[in-house]
Amino acid sequence: MRESTIMKIHYGTALAAVALVAVHILMRLTQGFADSLEYESVLANYKFIPYAIMLELILILLAVHGFNGLRVILIELKQGRIYEKAVSYGCLAAMIGLIAYGSRTIIMTNMGLV
Amino acid sequence: MAQVSSISNEQSSTAKSIILKISRYNPEHDESSQFMEFNVKYEKWTTVLEAILDVKKHFDHSVAVRYSCRQATCGSCGMIINGKPRLACFTKISELDSNVVTVEPMNNFPVIRDLAVKFEKLFDSHQKIKPYLIRDDTELVSDEKEFLQTPEEVEQYIQFANCIKCGLCNSACPTMATDSSFVGPQALAQAYRYVADSRDKGKDSRLKIIDDSHGIWRCHFAGSCSQVCPKGVDPAMGIQLLRGYMLGFRS
Ligand code: HEM
Ligand code: SF4
Ligand code: FES
Repeated sequence: MRESTIMKIHYGTALAAVALVAVHILMRLTQGFADSLEYESVLANYKFIPYAIMLELILILLAVHGFNGLRVILIELKQGRIYEKAVSYGCLAAMIGLIAYGSRTIIMTNMGLV
Repeated sequence: MAQVSSISNEQSSTAKSIILKISRYNPEHDESSQFMEFNVKYEKWTTVLEAILDVKKHFDHSVAVRYSCRQATCGSCGMIINGKPRLACFTKISELDSNVVTVEPMNNFPVIRDLAVKFEKLFDSHQKIKPYLIRDDTELVSDEKEFLQTPEEVEQYIQFANCIKCGLCNSACPTMATDSSFVGPQALAQAYRYVADSRDKGKDSRLKIIDDSHGIWRCHFAGSCSQVCPKGVDPAMGIQLLRGYMLGFRS
């Protein structure tokens, strides 16, 4: 992928995350922060489909943004063809891994597995 | 090997003196650099380059320094003076306001010896962005006029055309310090200089060249390049304007 395409995604995900995280925080305010992490409350939130989709989106946006940011830091730290390839594919794999792991929690809740 | 030497026979009544600390290093047989100290007389108008040449003349001819024009035009004499990248011929000792003047080779460049550094990578990066007008009809036929520009069109790039390739910006850049493949502020500012020139038609090819994993996106807006540029080029602004093209804000 062209570097400019990657960086457009990087800036885009940051902006979208600001908007969605704001909604996320406002939603939490409706309930009071203290209750947010109650087991039942977390399950209920995951089962509320529009909100669960938004959480999933934040997960994707920040995983893409964060791991691309990490790739940038690492290729600026050290150079070399093999090293840079390893960094790129490593970050991509970690990104997919994190999204898969986070999605698994949301999907399992909705399928009634927890 | 620190030593203090001074000229006693060439004193003028108004002259004051400073300690000039020169970084000495020969990569062929030294493990690390060491400072040598010299007591140097100076007048209000004495430049750091003149002080170094004084040392060469009177104390130690082996001090390696690169210079040519002595008037901030050739871009040869960049070095770190009291911690900041500057042109030695364009920095007066009196303006430094210090009794000790320390001179070191520029950061982010391999040292040849003492204050002289290798410019190969700077020039390669500069050449990479095609620093010339690109167009199909470059060869003028006899009855054609030159390519005219309005004053507004000249305004777009003329500031960036003042670059003397001294490398001070690259020396100040924090990305250059760790990213050995980074194209650097000097070349990026020159890419903008040609892209913004109304006579030039090479925008697409130049933008492609700097759209690389060690290209324009590795600038993180530190702005050190513009702080040290002796010619007022403002490479940081050039980089942001160039980004405007790449993000679709300019065409
Ligand atoms: C939602 C608010 C956020 C905004 C507006 C934002 C914005 C940005 C921008 C503009 C850059 C590019 C900086 C540059 O090129 O110098 C960047 C880089 C980066 N971001 Fe974010 N970011 C946000 C959240 C996050 C989060 C939550 C993480 C961690 C998961 C993260 C990790 C990174 C990393 C590692 C870099 C690379 C470091 C760098 O380039 O300086 N960001 N961010
Ligand atoms: S932009 Fe300024 S500091 Fe950089 S090489 Fe050109 S003249 Fe020197
Ligand atoms: S000697 Fe030419 S710029 Fe200083």
